[in-house]
Amino acid sequence: MKLKQLESLLGGLQQFSNPKVELEQYPTGPHIAAGLLYTAENSFDDISNKVVADFGCGCGTLGAAAALLGAEQVIGIDIDSQSLEIATMNAEDLELDIDFIQCDISNLGWRGQIVDTVVMNPPFGTRKKGADMDFLFVALKVASQAVYSLHKTSTRDHVKRVALRDLNASSAEVLCELRFDVPQLYKFHKKKEVDIAVDLWRFVPKRSRGKDI
Amino acid sequence: MRLLTHNMLSSNIKGVTNGFPLRIEVEKVVEKQVEINHDFLRNIFPKIDWKAFFDASRVMGYAELPEEAPEPLVLESDLEFLRKFHHALLELHLEEGALVCPETGRKFPVNKGIPNMLLHEDEV
Repeated sequence: MKLKQLESLLGGLQQFSNPKVELEQYPTGPHIAAGLLYTAENSFDDISNKVVADFGCGCGTLGAAAALLGAEQVIGIDIDSQSLEIATMNAEDLELDIDFIQCDISNLGWRGQIVDTVVMNPPFGTRKKGADMDFLFVALKVASQAVYSLHKTSTRDHVKRVALRDLNASSAEVLCELRFDVPQLYKFHKKKEVDIAVDLWRFVPKRSRGKDI
Repeated sequence: MRLLTHNMLSSNIKGVTNGFPLRIEVEKVVEKQVEINHDFLRNIFPKIDWKAFFDASRVMGYAELPEEAPEPLVLESDLEFLRKFHHALLELHLEEGALVCPETGRKFPVNKGIPNMLLHEDEV
C-alpha cells in the first residue's frame, strides 16, 4: 500500500466527538499515523505478520494503520469506553479485525513479551504528570521487538535517560522530529491551532525470559 | 476478543499472585473467518500457553484441538493441525460473557467483544 493511500484511508476515520481533557484525548493525524507505521514497516519490518498493540488507542488510528500494513493481529487498549466505541466502528468501516480491551494502562495484566511491536501516541503528561513515561514503562514490558512512541521534543533528554536507565530499553532512538498540529479542541485553547514539536521514538526492549507484568 | 488475546491477558488485581489465565464465561461466541498465515502460526506457536489455550477453546465450544501441544515439527507439514490451530486462535470471538480472575473470582464483563478490565479503587 502506498503512503498516500494509507494516509487517505486514515483521514476518513471518525475521531473523538467529546474529547476528555483529563485523558488528553487528541486525534493522531493521518499524516503522522501513516508516516509512523510506514517507517516501522519499511525501515524495520516491525508490522506485517506481527502482533501489534496500540496503547491508548483512542479512536484506533494507529492500530488501523498497522492492520492496513499487514499486521497479523492488532490489539487496541484504551481506558475510555466512548473512544473504544468509535474505534470499533472505524475498524468495521475499514473491514479490519482488531481486538479491543478497555483497561487503565498502568493496571494492565499481561503475560510476558508475546506482542512483537507496540505503537502509541501517549498522553504527553500535561494533565497527569509523567503519564507518557507510565505508558512507556508498560510498553517496554509488553513488546518483544520494538516500541514506537511520540513524545514532546522538549523532553528528549529526559525520555532517553529514563528509558535506558529505568525502563528496560536496550536502545532509544529518535527517528524524526515532527510537528503535531493540535486543533482548538478544548475551551482553554486560545489559538485556533498550535504546532508542538514532537519526537518519533523507536525503543528496543531488553528481552526477559518468562516475566509477567 | 480472540483466544490469542486471551492467551496474553491476565488479572492485575492488587494482591493476586498469578492472574493467568482468566477463566472464560461464555454467553455468545461469534466465528469470523480470516485468511490463514502458516508462517505466523509457526512463529506464534512457541509463545502460546497451550494449556490455557486448550481449556479456553473447549469453553468456547471447539473440541478439535489436541490436549497436548504437538512438537513444533508438526507445524512444518501438518496442514490439518495448522487449520485447527488457526481457527481456535484467530477465528473464535467471545462477543458476550466474562473473564474471571482465577484467584479472586472477580468477573470482568465482555460486551461487544471488548473485555472491561477497569479495576475498582480497592483493587488497585
